[in-house]
Amino acid sequence: MFGAAIIVLRETFEAALLIGIVAAATRSIAGRGRWVAGGVLAGLAGACVVAALTGQIAALFDGVGQELFNATVLGIAVILLGCHNVWMSAHGVELSAEARQMGRDVSDGRRELSAILVVISLAVLREGSETALFLYGLMSNGEVAAPAVLSGGALGLLVGALLGLLLYAGLLRIPMKWFFRVTSFLILLLAAGMASRMAQFLIQADMIPGLASPLWDMSAVLPTNSTAGTFLHALAGYDAAPMGMQVLFYAVALITIPAGMWWVQRSASSPSR
Amino acid sequence: MRRLLLMLALLPCLAVAADPDYVLTIRDHRFVPAELRVPAGKKIKLIVDNQDATAEEFESHALNREKVIPPKSKAPVFIGPLKPGQYPFVGEFHEKTANGVIIAE
Repeated sequence: MFGAAIIVLRETFEAALLIGIVAAATRSIAGRGRWVAGGVLAGLAGACVVAALTGQIAALFDGVGQELFNATVLGIAVILLGCHNVWMSAHGVELSAEARQMGRDVSDGRRELSAILVVISLAVLREGSETALFLYGLMSNGEVAAPAVLSGGALGLLVGALLGLLLYAGLLRIPMKWFFRVTSFLILLLAAGMASRMAQFLIQADMIPGLASPLWDMSAVLPTNSTAGTFLHALAGYDAAPMGMQVLFYAVALITIPAGMWWVQRSASSPSR
Repeated sequence: MRRLLLMLALLPCLAVAADPDYVLTIRDHRFVPAELRVPAGKKIKLIVDNQDATAEEFESHALNREKVIPPKSKAPVFIGPLKPGQYPFVGEFHEKTANGVIIAE
């Protein structure tokens, strides 16, 4: 069924994009594959649990539990991605530093890897629980047979994963000199987009004001639900008509993370350390 | 100080009392009413009441909102303040039948 395939494709693609970028950004770290796979599996398991508990989660906190849940998941992901970028900017310096620092690199490296696991499992958790719920909804509808839904879902999953893989392969072809810059930049955009989504959920729950709604409207030029809009939305949090608070969250992430990277790099290269 | 806190704590009640809720009911994978008129320039508390036995996702790109409503339950979605105009929405899990529009005026 095309309906199922399209939805699963979209959700898978969003998760695959993030996994591809994070996997590429950490390719120099040994044993990374296991953490990435572990993150995907943990996320999938969590997604099934979340889908089953949706009723209870939604009912929490006066009906806005779902928004708080989504905002929390996104908030954790933004912080971890931000820390990843900051840590990697210092790590790059450490790699070229003296060999006696190797021990510290390893212990730091392990902490870094568990962050990968959490970021990836959170991404899969969010997109996966929506997908599971959607497929469940289609099947219980009765209009569409379960095998059609499942085969459509499998098709979407396959194409979404393939697109993520292509992006990953494309990233690997970037010369090493540019590689770190490109992946940190992509992760920065991802994190900023997630911060904007987090703001959207908090506004929807009426926990923070929306400020201008919307601040601008580009729906006529590039709608969010167009093909290019969906791609930009997944990659950089593009929103055709964002609210003022979303733009503010986006800007804060976009400024804070590079500032942290710059600060860490500067203090790492200063002779006092 | 304590009185001030109490007043602050009661503020949300005032806000709710001032603005009546707007209810969108989902029945047989359709929205009732399919056309909802709301005042422009005000924040609105929309209650989506899903009476079906399946979950539905209230989604609107125009309103920039998405929320899963579990079967046989209601949930609030805050929208606006809106400029006058038409804001289409769909039930993403049953897009063929579940669609409607919010008209701000």
